[in-house]
Parts: sequence; structure tokens; C-alpha cells
Amino acid sequence: MAIKEIPTEECYMPGSAACPGCPATMALRIVFKAIGKKMMMIVPACCTAVIESMHPNTSFNIPTMNIAFEAAAAGASGVEAGLRKQGKDDITVVAWAGDGGTYDIGIQALSGALERNTNFIYICYNNQIYSNTGIQRSGATPYAAWTTTTVGGKTEYRKEMGEIIQAHHIPYAAQACISYPEDLYKKIRKAKQMKGPKYIEIMAPCPPGWRFGMERTVEMGTLSVETGAWALYEFENDEIKFNGISKLLLEEKIKPKPIEDWIKLQGRFRHLFIPKKDVKKLQEIQDHTNQIWERYRKCYL
Amino acid sequence: MKKYKVKTTISYPKKGATGKTGNWRVFRPILDKEKCVKCLRCWIFCPEATVIRNKDNSIDIDYDYCKGCGICANVCKIKAITMKRESMDK
Repeated sequence: MAIKEIPTEECYMPGSAACPGCPATMALRIVFKAIGKKMMMIVPACCTAVIESMHPNTSFNIPTMNIAFEAAAAGASGVEAGLRKQGKDDITVVAWAGDGGTYDIGIQALSGALERNTNFIYICYNNQIYSNTGIQRSGATPYAAWTTTTVGGKTEYRKEMGEIIQAHHIPYAAQACISYPEDLYKKIRKAKQMKGPKYIEIMAPCPPGWRFGMERTVEMGTLSVETGAWALYEFENDEIKFNGISKLLLEEKIKPKPIEDWIKLQGRFRHLFIPKKDVKKLQEIQDHTNQIWERYRKCYL
Repeated sequence: MKKYKVKTTISYPKKGATGKTGNWRVFRPILDKEKCVKCLRCWIFCPEATVIRNKDNSIDIDYDYCKGCGICANVCKIKAITMKRESMDK
């Protein structure tokens, strides 16, 4: 599909409190276009709670409920049950949380909602940090990345939320990236038509958190996929299908770009290049990425 | 939409909920309409929904709310959008 086929309807109104170059609003616009006005959003504490802007105004033209950090999926379950009781089954319930609210704080509520077979879409936009509260480390922060709580670089690797979700054997789960809007649009349309719990994770490079220029958001997303730091795939009926560039990488039809291409543009990895290039750590990151792809090939090819 | 007369904690949708964010801008995107091939990449990638898509797929920019991030200029493959520094005299 082409960009031209995406509808023009806008449920996100300009003039919000988002940073310039924000990937979350980019993803939000595509989600709103894909699902349409018949939706309800549940937003826990995350950047989006700020993007909604201040009372008594909001920049979202759809019903939105703000809820505590850990309760996005629990809140969505409640809203879905309420709608079901009223017989309104044409409304899509969407829980929209950041990676902190999904990987760390909200995982218990999310796991519960998936297990209860709640009919909703859970969307996690993954910017790999707690960016709203001031760039703290989260479970999604990659190895050696600087945050305000890991000043010398993180010493642990990030966890694979996609595989934790797969263990719930839900009807549909997917990983997307803001740099591929057609792919993201298609995945959300697909999720909308299904019944049962759906999970979509969107890679969202955050300019102030990752320390890169605000005009490079899309470029960073593209590079994260091309270097193999992020994979685009769909999980349907217990089967994994890789999409786009990730599919070519999995089948080894193209060679991944070296991970250094991606991390040298980010200020959060600056300590690996200044004052002296830390070849050992760079190699470690590259080896870890290769290892992940080896595992993908073994399991999903 | 139903509006309540009593004060509630409900917020209502409004364009420019944080005010006219156009004054955050340092660089102004300027579109060369003759170069534009209507690929709509700037429209889909604009984080602020300030790139307006017309019926014939041509593009206009809403300078009241454009925050000047420069993503439109960066994703434009034929460089039809350029970023110019804002000046006091318009």
C-alpha cells in the first residue's frame, strides 16, 4: 500500500505540548488514522499524558482516560467490560503506554489482561527510556546507553518484550517502527479486525532522550531496523512472519549495516567514542546483536 | 459532544491546547511547490499534523503551530522543503 491510501482524517490536533520531532505523536497520528474515531484510549503516566496538554483543553479528538502508571491494561479491561455490558461492540479499546509502563511497571496488569482474553489493542511505543520523568533507565534501554541513572552506560542488556508476549499465545502481536508508516498502518488495521487481546510495539527514537537532532527521528528509526537493533515482525496463530527489511535480514538476502552506524549518531553512546573509541564495547554490542539474529534464524526461519 | 455546565475534570478538544506553538520555531520550513511531486512523505511523518494535505494531494504548512523540527525537510527525497532561519522581519 502507498502513503496516499492512508485517510486524511485527523484526530490529533496541532498545538500540543509534545517536543518538536516527537515520535510518539507521529505514531499516534497513524494509529488514529488506522482505527478512526470509534475508539477509546487509556493512557497511563507516560509522555502521552503530557502531549494531551493541560486541562481544560486537550489535543486528542477522541475519548481518553488517564490512569495510574501500572494500570493501563487493567483500565482497558474495565472499559472493555463496560462497553460489552452496554452492547457497544463497535468501539475499539486501545491502551497506549510507553516502554516504562509496559516493560517494567505495567507488565503485571498487561499479562493479566492478555490471560483474561480481553478484547483490546495494547500499543507500546518504545523509546527505550522513561523520557517523561527525565530520561531514566528502563528495561528496554540497550546495553552501554547513557541515561541519568546509568551515567557510565547501562551494564545490562535490554529484555525482549516481544517474546514475553508470545508466551501468552495471543491472536496477534507485532513489532513496528515509526519510520515505516505503511507497515504500521497495515498492522493496526489487521489488529482492529481481530477479536481478543492484541499487542503492538512501536519503535520510537526520542530526540531529547537519545541525544540526537530533532530532524533525525525518522532516520534513526530506519537505521535501527537496517542495523538489526530492532526487528519488524508479526505474530499470528503461533507463527512468526518477519516483514520488510527485517525479512531480508533474516533470510540473509542483504547484509545488516554495522551497529556502529546507528549508535555513533546518538549522544547517549558518546562515551564509547570520546575521548577514545571503545572498540571492545562496540564489538560486544555487535556480537550481541548478531547473537539475537542467530537465535531468530534458528527459531523462526 | 456533550458539554457540562458544571466544572468537571473533563478536558475538551481544542486546536492549540498549549497555545500557538509556532513561536517555538527557530527554523521555518519553506516548500517549493514547483519541485513537489506529491509523495506525501512530509505529511505522514509530520509529528505535529501541521503539514496539511489538500484534496489534490498538494501540501500546505500551518505556520501557526509548526514547531520547526525539520523532519519534513529531512524526509523529502527531492529536497523541495528547505529550512530557513526565522527573522524578525517577515
